[in-house]
Amino acid sequence: MPDTVKPILSVEGLQTVFNTRKGEIHAVNHVDFDLRAGELLGVVGESGSGKSVTMMSLLKLLPMPPAEVRNGRAMFDGRDLLQLSDDELRTVRGGEIGFVFQDPMTSLNPVFTVGFQIMEPLRTHMGLSKRDAKKRAQELLELVGIPDAARRLDDYPHQFSGGMRQRVMIAIALACDPKVLIADEPTTALDVTIQAQILELMKDLRDRLGMAVIWITHDLGVIAGIADRVMVMYGGQVVEHAPVKELFRNPQHPYTKALLKTVPSLSGERAKRLTVIEGQPPILSSAPNACSFRDRCPHAMPRCGTENPARYGIGNGHDAACFLVEPEVAHV
Amino acid sequence: MLTYTIRRLLLAIPTLLFIALVIFLLLELSPGDPMAQMPMSIPPEVKERMREALGLDQPWWVRFYLWLYQFFVVEPQYWIDGLFGTDLAEGAQRIISFQSKSPVFDIIAERIPQTLWVVGMSYVVGVLIALPIGIASAYYQYSWFDQIGTFISMVGFSVPTFFTGVLLIVVFSVNLGWFPSIYDTTLVVDSWASLGQQIKQMAMPVFVLALYNAAQISRFMRASMLDNLGQDYVRTARAKGMREKVVVLRHVLRNSMIPVVTVIALGVPQVFGGAIITEQVFKVNGLGQLLILAVQGNDIPMVMTLTFIFAVLIVLFNLIADVLYGLLDPRIRYD
Repeated sequence: MPDTVKPILSVEGLQTVFNTRKGEIHAVNHVDFDLRAGELLGVVGESGSGKSVTMMSLLKLLPMPPAEVRNGRAMFDGRDLLQLSDDELRTVRGGEIGFVFQDPMTSLNPVFTVGFQIMEPLRTHMGLSKRDAKKRAQELLELVGIPDAARRLDDYPHQFSGGMRQRVMIAIALACDPKVLIADEPTTALDVTIQAQILELMKDLRDRLGMAVIWITHDLGVIAGIADRVMVMYGGQVVEHAPVKELFRNPQHPYTKALLKTVPSLSGERAKRLTVIEGQPPILSSAPNACSFRDRCPHAMPRCGTENPARYGIGNGHDAACFLVEPEVAHV
Repeated sequence: MLTYTIRRLLLAIPTLLFIALVIFLLLELSPGDPMAQMPMSIPPEVKERMREALGLDQPWWVRFYLWLYQFFVVEPQYWIDGLFGTDLAEGAQRIISFQSKSPVFDIIAERIPQTLWVVGMSYVVGVLIALPIGIASAYYQYSWFDQIGTFISMVGFSVPTFFTGVLLIVVFSVNLGWFPSIYDTTLVVDSWASLGQQIKQMAMPVFVLALYNAAQISRFMRASMLDNLGQDYVRTARAKGMREKVVVLRHVLRNSMIPVVTVIALGVPQVFGGAIITEQVFKVNGLGQLLILAVQGNDIPMVMTLTFIFAVLIVLFNLIADVLYGLLDPRIRYD
């Protein structure tokens, strides 16, 4: 996709802090990214790397307090999401940006029918009558591939399997034709066959509805199969960002390289042990003033402990936050 | 659900018969003599004749059977006769109080209105106060509202009603003279003035009991709301763009009410049991006071009947609580 397409969502310098009893936790630090219309942006990183918090910060879906969005801009449709009033934000949530969460078993309200839960945003945002909302809800269930949709509207979430519930969650997120869909590890809680079905469904839906998708996951296999561009996060920062093929062919950041090595290979001799990245992710008790990966990095230099690397562009829409790719160093 | 209810009702029959037997045997085994409060001047042989007249010379199983027969056959017959003017009972022997020698059910019927007015009203008021306080305390957890609510419910929960009752009497009856300290049962409400009087004399006992009930239920409500506010589906509701009011009062409340409704339903039999101590403090001659006096006077038929009615209510409201649970929570299916 050409770089000239105007981004639909443009995030700059996003910083989110949790105020806990033991002090501040800097979960998201100066995150910048763009999302273009119709594109699928994959966000990868291990647990605690700030992937979910970044996306939830945009819509203020984090419990506040303790969470606090301290800095940043998130331009969406000519408005800064972070400056919107509560009422304006509510029209964006569910109306223009849909959200699918990780655990379909707990993300639906157990005491309301599935139909009611799909109809709720339709009636709130689109002002549909009860009859029209019901018709649309049925269409949505059919769209996400739930058989016998008309009858299943009156069923409760516990009468659905995990995969079916995630389809319902997707139907809810898609209800008001959002411009952006944020999917926060939507297949992590599902087994692999169901995961494959959901991935197929998402690809199909994106092609048919033409919306932009942000797909958060820690599964590189999923990213390789579905994403257009990938953003790798570590320690609450974007450490590498590239089109998907470029990233897998030519990873630059040591963390990305390590991450790719942890994926077991299907061909060749089977490794005796699974590859791991040694060490623990950092605890972010202050804003980073050094590279947060340096303790686990095989290429760490003295400079990494005193300065936080910026994201250096290396062409082809590829950039990485590492001194190894800094232009003057790289050409030494 | 219907089959379940019918099955439970059928199961209640042996349960209640067993409860009746246990109450009867307990009263049988307990020391005390209905003749104990008769004047000492009555000769022993006369006392013996009086005892025979009360049927106390019969073995316990005969008396138990007769009580069961009177409770389940004779008394309903009198009740139907009273309603429709029929004559099913044909003058059969009713359950008679040893103390007053009048039918037990007539006395209970006289006492129920006072208990329902005072204790029942306090329960309703208590619930109506407790629910909003519990909801707000949970939503604004650790705010000053929550802290004050926690403090008041600690007080309401831990200070006994005989203390708060007497304290209120000292302040509002003795010093300020706003409310009467004694509940006047003979008051007939037929005008605005007498209604005002009725409200005045109810105010203090209702307040004392409502504080106690509200303290308990608001804690339940708060805990249940907190359980649900952290659930994933709450985040989903917010992500759908629902208003906070809808999120809290529709999505969270509906889930939180499930255990609270059970607690409220299970508390209803206690209303009929009367608040024994509070009724004593404010001289409300309700069921609680009736039971205490009957125990003191060894009035076995009265104690037996009252206790058994409480047992019936407890079994009944347990069933009601279970049915409500099934209605509120779609995940629960009894069939």
